[in-house]
Amino acid sequence: MSAGAAPIVELRDVHLAFGEKEILTGVNLCVAEKARLVVLGQSGSGKSTLLRLLLGILRPTSGGVFFKGRDIAKMSRRRLDRIRQKIGMVYQYSALISSLNVRDNLALPLEELTEKSRADIDQAVDEKLEMVGMSDVRDKMPSELSGGMRKRIGLARGIIMEPELILYDEPSAGLDPVIKTVIDELIVSLSEKTNATSIIVTHEMDSAFRTATRMAMLYRGTIIAEGAPESFKNSSDPVVAQFIAGETEGPILEQAATS
Amino acid sequence: MVNPFPAVRSALEQLSSVVWLLIDTVVEMGDRVTRGRFPFRLAHFFDQTDRTGVGSIPLVALVSFFIGLTMALLTGYQLRPFGQENLVPQLVAVAFTRELGPLMTGIMVAARIGAAYTAELGTMTVAEEVEAIEAMGLGPLRYLVSPRLLAVFLLMPCLVVVSDVTAMAGAALISRWAFDTPFRVFAEAAMDSLLIRDIVAGTVKSFLFGLIIGLVSCYRGLTVRGGAAGVGAATTSSVVTAITTVIGFDTLCNVVLVSVFDQ
Repeated sequence: MSAGAAPIVELRDVHLAFGEKEILTGVNLCVAEKARLVVLGQSGSGKSTLLRLLLGILRPTSGGVFFKGRDIAKMSRRRLDRIRQKIGMVYQYSALISSLNVRDNLALPLEELTEKSRADIDQAVDEKLEMVGMSDVRDKMPSELSGGMRKRIGLARGIIMEPELILYDEPSAGLDPVIKTVIDELIVSLSEKTNATSIIVTHEMDSAFRTATRMAMLYRGTIIAEGAPESFKNSSDPVVAQFIAGETEGPILEQAATS
Repeated sequence: MVNPFPAVRSALEQLSSVVWLLIDTVVEMGDRVTRGRFPFRLAHFFDQTDRTGVGSIPLVALVSFFIGLTMALLTGYQLRPFGQENLVPQLVAVAFTRELGPLMTGIMVAARIGAAYTAELGTMTVAEEVEAIEAMGLGPLRYLVSPRLLAVFLLMPCLVVVSDVTAMAGAALISRWAFDTPFRVFAEAAMDSLLIRDIVAGTVKSFLFGLIIGLVSCYRGLTVRGGAAGVGAATTSSVVTAITTVIGFDTLCNVVLVSVFDQ
């Protein structure tokens, strides 16, 4: 975290286990306001689980998950729903409501949670669709859109409530290189336009370096490194170095084989 | 020998989860009301009532008509050697209003609507749509479960009335043809035999069966794991569980009603 900036998100010694299986074993992490933190880690390392903890969908076994100083893990459902309105989530597979068209998908939280008029809602929907360059698909159903288009509509839905924190779960996974760059650039421009803090979970290194202002590496249930993207490029930590280089020789596969 | 305890424990855990689903849904709806908003979208509710109620009428009417007809025919032939075929209207009227109407409608609605609810919510769960609704702070139980639950709960008694009427129409038709019972005589005999107690028992049961079908199907849909295969397995399980539970509760209701009123 950069000096002087107040943390909007803080995880303090977070443990999470499903039965006997430990997913997180003491995660400590601070995210400053307006930062774009990329959380790196292998598939199945618990990166997406971190996002679900921040949304209060999962509760930690122990430890605290703080959003603007308030512990999400100890909140009532009612208070949690109010906090969730300040957090936007962009899902790996978009998770658009398949029975609603694009307009209704974006309008849904505004219609359900605000007192805005239909005209104001339509204006907000059009504005967000324009921000992601998708004004012409307003009346289409999600099934009529390509993967990249669905991702962009997912992004537009993530910012429709003008959240203070946007969570991205593998935003560029499964896309072709050109669309991947488009999505990465969109994440950067949205964070700059909305002044929102972003937490981006990915294992795609090119996307990570394009979007990050800070990086953290989740390995074996805990954060083993955190810092600026440059420090990750020059990291002397063998796990971080192997992960970034994508090499097969190194501690990641050796430890996986012995465990 | 097979140890029955894990199965019993699992059944009790699922029963408590279904009860909690009902409680959580009511709480989410209550929260919404205290904020001065309607608990769910009326358009969603009317969509569900149209599917559950209006959409089920042809199936319920047709099946009940044939069952009523068959029941009258078979019992009439059995009673005819004793000269008692005039008892057919009473028999069909009491059997359907008190027992077969709610039971057959429950089984048909569990198969038709319960399966649809589970498949729909299951697909949404697998596609993370339910989680997205929760992540937006919309309350998935209030938004998704409450209109479905209320629709099946409120429409079941209406469908039972359709079932009772069409079954008696089938019975009247066959009685006219096979036993020369005039329609007017059939109708009068059926009306004379009906007791308020039987009608109330049938109505209470139909509300209960609607609640069971709605809760079981929504619970199965929201707890789907494992993609398309999981949705298929959950849908089958939902129909089997709902039908078995409806028959189980029907038996329980009968035991209670007989022990209270027929002593």
